[in-house]
Amino acid sequence: MNQEKSYQYVNKPVRKKDAMALVTGKPVYVDDIAPAGCLVVKVLRSPHANAIIESINKDIAMKVPGIEAIFTWEDVPNQRFTMAGQTYPEPSPYDRLILDQHVRYVGDPVAIIAGADEACVNKAMKLIKVTYQVLEPLLDFRKAKDNKILVHPEENWRSLCPVGADNKRNLCAHDSCQDGDVEKVLADCDVVVNSTYHTKANQQAMMETFRTYCFMDMYGHLNVVSSTQIVFHVRRILSHALNISPSKIRVSKPRIGGGFGAKQTVVAEVFPAFVTWKTGKPSKMIFTREECQIASTPRHEMEVSVRIGADKAGTIRAIDVYTLSNTGAYGEHGPTTVGLSGHKSIPLYPRLNAYRFTYDVVYTNVMSAGAYRGYGATQGLFAVESAVNELAAKLHMDPVALREKNMVKEGDVMPSYYGETANSCALDRCLARAKDMIGWDKKYPCTDMGNGKVRSVGVAMAMQGSGISGVDVGSATVKLNDQGIYTLTIGAADMGTGCDTILAQMMAECMECPVDSISVFGADTDASPYDSGSYASSTTYVTGKAVEKACEKLKEKIVKVACQALGCSPDEAEFNGKGVTCLTSGSFISLEDIATRSMCGNTEALEVTESHSSPVSPPPFMVGMVEIELDRETGHVDILDYVAVVDCGTPVNPNLARVQTEGGLVQGIGMALYEDIQYDSKGRLAENSFMQYKIPTRLDMGKLRVEFESSYEPTGPFGAKSIGEIVINTPAPALAHAIFNATGHWFRELPITSEKIAMAD
Amino acid sequence: MTITLTLNGKKITDQISADCLLIDFLRSHGALSVKRGCETSNCGLCTVFLNDVPVLSCSMLAARADGQTVTTLEGLQDEAEEFGAFIADQGAEQCGFCNPGFIMNAIALLRENPSPTDDEIREYLAGNLCRCSGYEGQLRGIRAFIDYRQERSRS
Ligand code: FES
Repeated sequence: MNQEKSYQYVNKPVRKKDAMALVTGKPVYVDDIAPAGCLVVKVLRSPHANAIIESINKDIAMKVPGIEAIFTWEDVPNQRFTMAGQTYPEPSPYDRLILDQHVRYVGDPVAIIAGADEACVNKAMKLIKVTYQVLEPLLDFRKAKDNKILVHPEENWRSLCPVGADNKRNLCAHDSCQDGDVEKVLADCDVVVNSTYHTKANQQAMMETFRTYCFMDMYGHLNVVSSTQIVFHVRRILSHALNISPSKIRVSKPRIGGGFGAKQTVVAEVFPAFVTWKTGKPSKMIFTREECQIASTPRHEMEVSVRIGADKAGTIRAIDVYTLSNTGAYGEHGPTTVGLSGHKSIPLYPRLNAYRFTYDVVYTNVMSAGAYRGYGATQGLFAVESAVNELAAKLHMDPVALREKNMVKEGDVMPSYYGETANSCALDRCLARAKDMIGWDKKYPCTDMGNGKVRSVGVAMAMQGSGISGVDVGSATVKLNDQGIYTLTIGAADMGTGCDTILAQMMAECMECPVDSISVFGADTDASPYDSGSYASSTTYVTGKAVEKACEKLKEKIVKVACQALGCSPDEAEFNGKGVTCLTSGSFISLEDIATRSMCGNTEALEVTESHSSPVSPPPFMVGMVEIELDRETGHVDILDYVAVVDCGTPVNPNLARVQTEGGLVQGIGMALYEDIQYDSKGRLAENSFMQYKIPTRLDMGKLRVEFESSYEPTGPFGAKSIGEIVINTPAPALAHAIFNATGHWFRELPITSEKIAMAD
Repeated sequence: MTITLTLNGKKITDQISADCLLIDFLRSHGALSVKRGCETSNCGLCTVFLNDVPVLSCSMLAARADGQTVTTLEGLQDEAEEFGAFIADQGAEQCGFCNPGFIMNAIALLRENPSPTDDEIREYLAGNLCRCSGYEGQLRGIRAFIDYRQERSRS
């Protein structure tokens, strides 16, 4: 279903609304607008991976001039909550306190210190005397289930949803689902691949670290201004954590310096919120990069075991996936990320005789994981797409041909994707185009350059969702103002991705007006309509539809007010963006005059709020192909060319969709080749700065080429699906494949560093 | 100690502690475009000009700027706007947090070398990290800006 429609504002490369403010360096982020004189808030962090605090002496620290307050576990509510920004009741267990007597990873907060400036806070931090009863840490996630060391032995741990969690077994979640008899089908297959893949707890590494400032306003409300993707969830979570009514809390966000899912968890907010609530004084907390690396909310480390079977002719018949996921010390996003490792990898191959997907999510004494772009799908796709490449090798078949034969096509039912049908799917076109662009047939598998270097190619496919079906709520309030300009108020959060602009483009399309006539406001819990927030690739698809619905209603209302002026009935009237015409009399009233009329003796509010939620989550699809040059002696990998062809439905803003894709590819390349996470035997993280945690620079990514093959999603706004997350998913499996084609070695653990490649021979 | 320096064309004199970093000094004097992205001189977000030469303000004591001239993006608004428009036309500004440092360094590059090759651009800006854009859109923007300038100087 490729309905090529032409639009005036949608599918156009409109400049982002905030662009010029950003490129000229205007003060638009949390720390730029926090008032001078805020208390500086920092936390003292545990040096031990597992310990009980025996005593804390803060007497000397309190004497440091400028210190306002020091709080310890004895000062905070003893009521567990989760910091995961999810719809209530959250699937993530309630396993946190603001401060706990039991510290569970190196970096777990021990005390909150607030003072006049950074110097006095740092000084006081050194003077707090803590004695710990140090316990043996549980660091190996493969040994966590039913280990005698319990990460959460406490009695008030609780799980609100039936996710298979059991704190007495170190289980944060467990589940299994299947269709058909996997064992029987696998036994009957001509070729079976059985491999296990390991991905690390990668950091989002957004350039703006976690940060929040708080103040009490004239109504006695706690105002929280934070770099967050989820203002409404933050309000609810703070209300749980601080044990105060949400009516007393207002959360808003300014511009956000990158999120990638990190800011879908309440990482910084609780500390300054607690300080301001207790002291009545404004406060701010700015995470250092080191804190961001050691005490935040990275990707879940996963070990994914895949068994995949096919007949001799290359028909894939069964896939069996078992995922072991490491949620670390707390369960944020633990029960949900893991689901995507199977549900967003297996459905790429929907015509199976049988599939099975089983998982365990375990607690360990390392930093808690969270949400990171791709949200489990990234890990699952590295495994399943690598296994498909291994299968092709075993079958002596071209991996592209194997995919052509088995991959999902438009109209297919996807049993492993909750039985949904792929109503919009151009994956076949994506594959054909990518193959053509990179010159697959000429380059596969490799060319020996004769100088110790080999050039080779690799391929992977990917999918994601568009919002959480039946859960995510997107809302929009649209309003006509003086002089015929509009306001669009949203609760979704633009974190640089450009949702303020693409939602305005959709509104402009509906209201037939320039994008500049629309002022976008959000997100603010006191002013915005409820929105779950910007995550799960939901904003374009879910909130976009809410914008479309709200505009339709607003048009009706505008026509109604216009008709009163024109003295005609709504079915004789036509709205055309500039105003309303009475088709019978030919008389016309401009939008400006309608707006003026609406402010004098009017009883019809020219404002509409609409919410939207979708029973389905239509997957975007993509193909990534890479050409590398590998130095056999040093193991160095140069990316020569990365080709990505994406089906995100209608790209609402082709420029922004392209840059999203390029950004996701480079993050994926970092995950595949450089970004490592290593703990020592005491549970201390080695990669605690950008010196050790090497994210790609512009010298590391080679040439990227992005194209779109668009399907038309009938349930999406203007045929759109999502783009934000899927784009990180292909580099790891495509690069692992190319490296195999160059070396003959399958690398099943990320990152695939030069050292590992050089040592493998 | 007391230092005097020229910040974006204005002379300022202030009391500082000996260990005050230039980045903190600048932010406390209203140059809020200067961002901190790390503590290890890896990210390039805090790039400013010291006597027209790009430096990392996180790795320099404010005291060393005594008697010198410091320029931040606040002092280069016209240039930032002219060049930045080309980044904006690619949608490559994204979250924008890295933009001031990146744009300062791009301006420095183009002052030194008005028609760099792609490799020279990558090399010069290698120390400016960006986690959002994947760098390609920034490169397209720089290229488009160079083309525009060459076009303009020809006509
Ligand atoms: S635009 Fe976000 S880090 Fe560069």
